[in-house]
Amino acid sequence: MLLLLLGIIVLHVSVLVLLFVSTIVSQWLTSGVRVTDLWQNCTLGSLSDVFHCAQSSPNEWLQSVQALMILSIIFSVLSLFLFFCQLFTLTKGGRFYLTGIFQILAGLCVMSGAAIFTVRQSDWHQPSENLSFGFSYILAWVALPLALLSGVIYVILRKRE
Amino acid sequence: MGSQGSSGRESVFLLAVLVSTMVLTPTLAIHVYTDREIHGTVGSKVTLSCTFWSREWISDDISITWHFQPEYSRDSISIFHYAKGQPYIDNVGTFKERIEWIGDPSWKDGSIVIHNLEYTDNGTFTCDVKNPPDIVGKTSQVVLYVFENVPVRYGVVLAAVIGGVLGLVLVILVIAYLIRYCWLRRQATLQRRLSAMEKGKLRLGRDSSKRRQPPVLYAMLDHSRLTKSASEKKSKGGLGDSRKDRK
Repeated sequence: MLLLLLGIIVLHVSVLVLLFVSTIVSQWLTSGVRVTDLWQNCTLGSLSDVFHCAQSSPNEWLQSVQALMILSIIFSVLSLFLFFCQLFTLTKGGRFYLTGIFQILAGLCVMSGAAIFTVRQSDWHQPSENLSFGFSYILAWVALPLALLSGVIYVILRKRE
Repeated sequence: MGSQGSSGRESVFLLAVLVSTMVLTPTLAIHVYTDREIHGTVGSKVTLSCTFWSREWISDDISITWHFQPEYSRDSISIFHYAKGQPYIDNVGTFKERIEWIGDPSWKDGSIVIHNLEYTDNGTFTCDVKNPPDIVGKTSQVVLYVFENVPVRYGVVLAAVIGGVLGLVLVILVIAYLIRYCWLRRQATLQRRLSAMEKGKLRLGRDSSKRRQPPVLYAMLDHSRLTKSASEKKSKGGLGDSRKDRK
């Protein structure tokens, strides 16, 4: 039982870490000289090895991706919090519905954010720049199944003493 | 001793400077305030607000002037003048029939509205107020940018999405809890009625008094549609019976 609990918490925390890293780290789109992410737009200077960063474009779709990533973090944190609350308050045999619902919501938010980014990324940079998706983008997609999995586990799980 | 004297002299000098600044600053007496920058869309109207503060009473000789300096131009043209309680509006230039006077000098307000904006209105507008004898002071400038459509400010969509989704989730949670609460309460009352009914039935069954059953039947017939109330009455009747029986 304790092992199961530990496993669930580790899964949840790893989802959270994935979400945080993919939201913050500036590697959504990369090419040799250019790195862009949700928040800034960096170019490697031609003379020096210094990245020059500018604020990302105020495109509405990019803003909605930012919003969805933040929402997913909020939901996931809330879910972890609720899990600890329910761990102590839930009656024996009860299910962690609320925790699971919030975790699934976080997963859905990440999914829609990453999907919007995939479809709309050509709106805020020239498609000729030959950019490929970076690891933050991949982490966001990896976070989705993990978040859904942990959400489903929460819903299935019954509390035992 | 000498150093003390010099420090005393210094402090006196400082005091003099302080007093002079405090007294002299108000001689730069009229202050004019406008926005720094203002945005408008083509075809819409924009309010160029101008307020001022003067040491003197607002005299009848007050004059308010708006100048316009187009973008990429060095010439400044006068487009509006207010003097002797009378506004004079540009009626030949580019702002012909597009300026409206909305200010009121007695409220220290010299604002104008420009209607039907065009791209050529891009430029610097200067508000100049003179309130004789209070005529020393800076003018204030506002830069107007005319856009096809005002760009969405950064963060508006972000905030709207986050706020909207969180609000939605909150509303759904509240509704779900209300429904659950109502359902539980109804369930509880039903349970109570059921248990009461069963008690009554048991008592009735034990007593099997045929004399008291007809009223119950009547009640059922009367409220044949409202089975719930019937069952209620039934249970009540049962309870009453039991009580009587006890006696």
